[in-house]
Amino acid sequence: MIGVIATHELRRLFLSPLAWTLLAVNEALLAWVFIILVNDFQNTRGRLAALEHAPGVTDLVVAPLFRVAAWGLLLLTPLLTMRLFSEEQRTGTLDLLLSAPVSATQIVLGKYLGVLVFLLSAVALMALMPLALMAGAALDGGKLLAGLLGLGLLAASCAAAGLYLSSLTAQPMVAATATFGLLLAFWIVDLGAGQGAGNALFGYLSLPRHNDALLLGLARSEDVAYYLLFSVAFLGLTIRRLDNLRLRG
Amino acid sequence: MTGEAVVAVEGLSRRYGQTQAVDAVSFTLERAQILGFLGLNGAGKSTTMRMLAGVLAPDAGRILINGTDLLDQPRPAKQAIGYLPEQPPLYRELTVDEQLHYSAGLHRLDRAASRQAMARVKEQCGLTNVGRRLTGNLSKGYRQRVGIAQALLHDPPVLILDEPTVGLDPIQAGEIRALICELGRERGVILSTHLLSEVQATCSHVQIMRAGRLVFAGALAELQQQRQSACLRIGLNAPPLVAELARLPAVTQVESLGGGRFRLHHAGAAPTQAVLDQARADGWELWELTPEQASLERIFVELTLGRGTAE
Repeated sequence: MIGVIATHELRRLFLSPLAWTLLAVNEALLAWVFIILVNDFQNTRGRLAALEHAPGVTDLVVAPLFRVAAWGLLLLTPLLTMRLFSEEQRTGTLDLLLSAPVSATQIVLGKYLGVLVFLLSAVALMALMPLALMAGAALDGGKLLAGLLGLGLLAASCAAAGLYLSSLTAQPMVAATATFGLLLAFWIVDLGAGQGAGNALFGYLSLPRHNDALLLGLARSEDVAYYLLFSVAFLGLTIRRLDNLRLRG
Repeated sequence: MTGEAVVAVEGLSRRYGQTQAVDAVSFTLERAQILGFLGLNGAGKSTTMRMLAGVLAPDAGRILINGTDLLDQPRPAKQAIGYLPEQPPLYRELTVDEQLHYSAGLHRLDRAASRQAMARVKEQCGLTNVGRRLTGNLSKGYRQRVGIAQALLHDPPVLILDEPTVGLDPIQAGEIRALICELGRERGVILSTHLLSEVQATCSHVQIMRAGRLVFAGALAELQQQRQSACLRIGLNAPPLVAELARLPAVTQVESLGGGRFRLHHAGAAPTQAVLDQARADGWELWELTPEQASLERIFVELTLGRGTAE
């Protein structure tokens, strides 16, 4: 049942020009950044060769590229998730789901899964560029995988938040704006936080900070747990909201 | 009335803020009955139907669908319902086939069953030629048909249709009514409308709602019997005195409409033959004799506006 809804969601995403446009724009901008990074690496290669334990191509090209890709996700997901529930509320198609023999949990998980598969395929597309380097350079596979895991987890978190905010309003643009605002708040929550016990909380809440260790190739369960908790919390809120919709009318 | 009850509703209530939209409504629907929900806009028809379809939770009351409690066991109960909301819930970017396939999946039909069901409902609803068209490009009549086809896919014993003919041209509306009549032979159908003629054309039973309350529930024939008096309109070139007309058998009251026309209110069967005989005998030169059809309409207006006695 979750599969039926997820497939439907994915099909609708691929039927809309918006999703294709987002993929294309995101890929084009990342390609530009990629070229610059590769060029910089070429220019500094001679000097690096003299160093002992010099950073390799994975550290100098792939990690910064994925850092930019994370910003790409921040911009991409609100526009992908805005329609999930708000448009169904506006056009009345939500009634089809609510009157069908499926539970709120199944509806929410189905929609989430659909958009997540789309986002993960976007991440896979992003991974193609560094993979192309394998033709002429030795990549650190572990670091690459950790970086991809980080992007995937980040995408999962952003999608969950977007799904929830989309269930709160019947206006897709309002949902997109609110999602972007919320994600950006979690992005910059640690800005201005120095060292100290009180600031540890802000540091912990920050979405991209948990990605830093992963970009260095360090997959800590603490960071993975943060992203999973973030996603599960918003999915739970969405299920509650959907049940509430039935009560409020 | 020993049929099998497919819908049983007890004390259903729902309020939106300060407004009591539906107030303690109770009724039952049996298989092979077509129940017309009549009422003005805002009388609580749609709210009641949304609650029956499980889209809206009631504040109080119980809904049994095919013997299953909709609130305690929503899944089996919803499997037994086909629901068409006021706006057919269609995704504009999908084709008719894709839309029906998705809906079949939501109702747990496997691939083979879904293909069979789609062929069946497309045949029933006259959609065989539009399977590959986008629902967003279809006319209102076809969208309505796709909505009904979607409600029929899983062959539910209960159909809930919210204003199925609104916005259709007379020919389309007629086709949809014929379809509903056919569907109602083996199912329980509830349809809402504010058109009395639609109820007369399709329904076996009527419920009239006013301000969230049921003010009449019964067979269509009972509603027709409710008229306290029926009328006969006559036109005469050489009319006699009103008192003379009032002496005709069964006539209870005579209204003069001017220009030689009169409305004769009568009790029981219409005194048509007596009027004819008397007109010939006294040379009234009769040029019009019409039984008035408006009585059912008048009962409807009285009940929906609350002027009647049937409270």
